Amino acid sequence: MNAFTPSRAHSPTRRGLLATAAGFGLSLQLLAVPAMAADGELNKRKVIVVICRGGMDGLTVAPPIGDGEYRGLRGGLALGDAALPLDGTFALHPQLTAVHALAKAGEARIAPAVATPDRARSHFEAQDVLETGAAGVYSTTSGWLNRTVETLSAHRKVDALSIGATAPLILRGKVQTASWSPGRGVDAEARLPTLLQDLYRNDALLGPALARGLATETMAKDATAGLDGGQPAMMASGKGVGGGAQQGREAAKTLGQSLAGFMREPGGPTVAAISLDGFDSHANQAGLLNQRLAYLDAVLDGVHTGLGPEWKNTVVLVATEFGRTARANGTGGTDHGTGSTALILGGSLKPGGIVGDWPTLKANALFENRDVAPTVDMRGLFKGVLAEHMGVDRAALDNAIFPSSAAVKPVLGLV
Amino acid sequence: MTARRDKRKETDGVALADQDMKAAIAVTRFGLGARPGEIDQARRDPQGFLKDQIRRSGADQPAGAAPTSAQRMAEFREYQRERRELRIEKASDVRPPKPAGAAMDATDPAMAAAAAKGDARDPVKVVGNMLRKDISEDFTARIQLAATTDAGFRERWTLFWANHFTVSATKAITGTVVGPFEEEAIRPHAFGRFDDLLGAAETHPAMLTYLDQIQSIGPDSQAAQAMRNGGGRGAGAFGGARLQLAAQRTVGLNENLAREIMELHTVGVNGGYTQADVTEFARAMTGISIGGERDGAYGAPVFRVQAHEPGERTVMGVRYDQRGKDQANAILTDLAAKPQTARFICAKLARHFVADDPSPALVARLEAAWTGSRGDLATVADALVSAPEAWDPTPAKFKTPYEFIVSSFRAAGGSPMGFQQVGPILTSLGQKPFSAPSPKGWPEDAQSWAAPDAIVKRMQFAQAFSAGAVHDRDPKALAADALGERLSPETAKAIARAESRPEGFALLLMSPEFQRR
Repeated sequence: MNAFTPSRAHSPTRRGLLATAAGFGLSLQLLAVPAMAADGELNKRKVIVVICRGGMDGLTVAPPIGDGEYRGLRGGLALGDAALPLDGTFALHPQLTAVHALAKAGEARIAPAVATPDRARSHFEAQDVLETGAAGVYSTTSGWLNRTVETLSAHRKVDALSIGATAPLILRGKVQTASWSPGRGVDAEARLPTLLQDLYRNDALLGPALARGLATETMAKDATAGLDGGQPAMMASGKGVGGGAQQGREAAKTLGQSLAGFMREPGGPTVAAISLDGFDSHANQAGLLNQRLAYLDAVLDGVHTGLGPEWKNTVVLVATEFGRTARANGTGGTDHGTGSTALILGGSLKPGGIVGDWPTLKANALFENRDVAPTVDMRGLFKGVLAEHMGVDRAALDNAIFPSSAAVKPVLGLV
Repeated sequence: MTARRDKRKETDGVALADQDMKAAIAVTRFGLGARPGEIDQARRDPQGFLKDQIRRSGADQPAGAAPTSAQRMAEFREYQRERRELRIEKASDVRPPKPAGAAMDATDPAMAAAAAKGDARDPVKVVGNMLRKDISEDFTARIQLAATTDAGFRERWTLFWANHFTVSATKAITGTVVGPFEEEAIRPHAFGRFDDLLGAAETHPAMLTYLDQIQSIGPDSQAAQAMRNGGGRGAGAFGGARLQLAAQRTVGLNENLAREIMELHTVGVNGGYTQADVTEFARAMTGISIGGERDGAYGAPVFRVQAHEPGERTVMGVRYDQRGKDQANAILTDLAAKPQTARFICAKLARHFVADDPSPALVARLEAAWTGSRGDLATVADALVSAPEAWDPTPAKFKTPYEFIVSSFRAAGGSPMGFQQVGPILTSLGQKPFSAPSPKGWPEDAQSWAAPDAIVKRMQFAQAFSAGAVHDRDPKALAADALGERLSPETAKAIARAESRPEGFALLLMSPEFQRR
């Protein structure tokens, strides 16, 4: 139960997970090969990726309150009794109430020391690597989730959706994907959409985008029926002067429910991405993350409640481009770091403690005497979910989806 | 391809047809879109039309009384004070009021909630409304300038630099100073020397606040030592309004601004610096801050020698033994002069003006102009306009939402009447006014802006806008005015067949060639 052995003591370590996975070897093979063709169960599986931009502080998302170094390093930023306990070492931020309830039910887990392969501590480089799934920066222009859709499409019909006015890099690429944000809806009787589709027939950018946008609007009528949407100003960030906290939380939940509504529609997307920004907490971190994590929790709550019976077919991954310095900086915040916390949620998660080893916050365990040292490659986490939950085969994961990543083993045993 | 052009060829020869296309490109690609008659003005000498807009004395300023950023910061401080007092009045709340420093961010739920409630007598509410009004008015004045200016290239060039040195309203305290920042730091230097622009941008109170420089303190500075020894007293003597509470927490560096200067504003992420360089640069910049209450100049740039980390610094292999603020200035000057900076920014200019994937020849041309003139931006602007690669008739740039909305108003010969006409639509298209998502600024590439949802929302805007903008004018004539030689036969035909004037004008705004530049 103390900070230095928690993962070994009462939760599967990465090694433990791999050992568990070995026992699943046969079923994994079954999943990966013939299931691709016609497995009805597999066709229902859904995956949602939530990107938290700005470098979300893992030590605030899931504070290691049982780690002996935590308080000393964090000083006034350390979370105490208000944190929601997970085990002897880890807790969740007080705003993550919905995530905590799911964790208690075995439907949410944390990976407290993950990182992309990038080490430059640049938001933009790290987001590029996080979203392209490449081993290095700016080496690929399409997103790994788009290539996942491309791979899966060889076997079954797979659609993807991003929530927000702009499409995140993770879903950009060869396959045309849908995007949606709350708005007024389209007048189906108007002539303009038809005239424009004609005008765009030779336009490789605008033609497919408009067609897909109109189809999504049609689906949105059903997907968001009964929800109080239609507040585009509340999208994604919901902050700045004038955005009330409660209003923001409700809008966030509605957004999550809208996303869930799309995924429940017949022929709806099976893959989705949404990005939230504003996690860069160089100063006044406590107040800033209090608000941002409340927003994140509400989105996840909306996704969970909105999916209803489909929750058991869904895995949600929450990831950020990098973590932040283990020590508080001089201005009530933290600077750019390395390892951070990812969240894995879903109705069919296997029980277990933290995902991956906890390196501890001891001085000699910190990465470059500064950051949480990553023990899990983010790509391994993604690969594990795609392999076990979505039935993607290893060759596609190692090459097409996460280029040159054969050495990065999937984290198995999650689903 | 068209009868029109063929006829010109017969009478005037090929050169004139080229000239027509160039006139259309000058106004729509380099400028902000054509107002009726503008392409005709550019026709005689398209390059000269643009070069005449390069003005060493700086860009235009938006109309209206311009409050200084210091005034705006003082207003914001007033807002915080009201808020604090209101909290104290609420006796039932036994918690002590938050110290001022903790309230510097708009994401504070209490502040946002108070601002949203709507009680006109609530002083917090009143000031909150005033702050929002400030932001809206600044933005409206800026977009009105874009919609009406005769010098669209001058304004586009300026907006490029405003985006390069992004300050965003995603923090409440910076919201009211984005406008003043552009007016004070960017516009005067847009055609000057890059190191002047860099210096003005990085030491402006808005940037210092946005990227957390104001609180950064040298760990071995006098101020830090005083605070470690004497707690509040040391902080008091030190003087920064916001720094008094620093005694309650660790005192030290904040490396945010130092990193972004290197990564985003000068040499670029591949510019050859390390984490150690970032930290050294951050140490050199300690002391650069803004005035607090005791300084008698709240919100004005100040240098606090007591907060400056003493000693020599080494950044990118160069030793800096200057004292005080000269140290950071020397580093900034060196960064501005680095060839990596020329390369990084010239490539970005080419991506902004010409193509997401511009030709290396164009970038090289700009880089040569930059290097040869030691970063004289008027010379670089001249080189851009003179570069043959920049005049490729195929429009490779997809308009950002701001560009689309501005060019729509220009095509109609109008100007936004108020914030409500532009703010909500820009937000729903993903470009919330003055609120770039990160210090990197708004993206420039088609992939970022042409998502299916965004195209549907552009269409909805075009439909609603056209209904109110076209009046009794002929959309065919408006299309010829807006696109000149760039108008395709397909679009011209679709507009001619429209069943109403607004439908014809909406087709123009949504046409493939109007969506691009």
